[in-house]
Amino acid sequence: MNRKHAFSRGLIAGIPICLGYISVSFAFGIYSVGCGLTVLEVLLISMTCVTSAGQQAAVPIITGGGGLMELAVSQLVINMRYSLMSVSLSQKLDSRVRLWDRFVIAFVNTDEVFAVAASQKGSVSKWFLYGLMITPWAGWALGTLLGAAAGNVLPELVTSSLGVAIYGMFIAIVVPEAKKSRPTAICVGIAIFLSCLFYFVPVLSQISTGFTVIICAVTASAIMAWLKPVEQEVEENA
Amino acid sequence: MHNYPFWLYLLVTAGVTYLVRAIPLVLVKGKIRNRFLLSFLHYIPYAVLSVMTVPAIFYATGDTLSATVGFLVAVVLAFWERSLLTVAAASCSAVLIVQLVQTYLL
Repeated sequence: MNRKHAFSRGLIAGIPICLGYISVSFAFGIYSVGCGLTVLEVLLISMTCVTSAGQQAAVPIITGGGGLMELAVSQLVINMRYSLMSVSLSQKLDSRVRLWDRFVIAFVNTDEVFAVAASQKGSVSKWFLYGLMITPWAGWALGTLLGAAAGNVLPELVTSSLGVAIYGMFIAIVVPEAKKSRPTAICVGIAIFLSCLFYFVPVLSQISTGFTVIICAVTASAIMAWLKPVEQEVEENA
Repeated sequence: MHNYPFWLYLLVTAGVTYLVRAIPLVLVKGKIRNRFLLSFLHYIPYAVLSVMTVPAIFYATGDTLSATVGFLVAVVLAFWERSLLTVAAASCSAVLIVQLVQTYLL
């Protein structure tokens, strides 16, 4: 009974995430097919990775015939934030969560799923997390499939306007944090400046997208971590 | 150009993404203490998303004007702290409207 209750509580909490994911992954599906991947390939990427920024960066590397090391390092750097979320989530799990469960939970530890889990009072059970994760994962796969399959059917005006969906989501994550924290705003400014430099300056623009993301993001973050280290987080009571 | 088979690219992308999530969740029991590392990990998501968005968003729709309008709509709504879904949908709608106006009215 307790399990069912926790599971359904998780399911309900996951539905808004699921809806958001359908729209964003729809755009990802269109984008990836446009880059030259097949519908099945795009679907497999979404079903196995479940990460917007990482996938968005991986596609041009894959379709551009990039190197495996470049791909691996880009995924490592872009997804590095999940390590911190996983560390944080590991402190939040109740005592009945087994090693095997941790391997499963890690699979869908996305920004939004983590944010909801972290905002729960006290510790969370594996049943809550499984409920929370199942619809966002399904939504991410479904949206990708629809976008990849229907992208060709939709009029060009509609598909080109959906091209900004994923960036809209990124902006919705970055701007509120930059508004709250001045160092984060400066970090964003440095990152954008470097990104434009690597986009427009002739020699630098020949460096591939994957490495550009790594170089710019690591530089901006390291500068700000050195100049403005964040305050140690207050120990949470589990 | 390397052109490895797709399954190899998929394995690397999914494998690295999964390990980044799984290793800390399985191994780390204590808290990270290193202040620089903590701070670096705090800033990295925002830096990554910013680098991926600008200037790429301005070339995401096929014309810079509609993309710029979409960008500005997203920034304003995000500043008002609207949900991810609202910001993304409004940004797309703004682009669509600008493109419709350009196609049929101008």
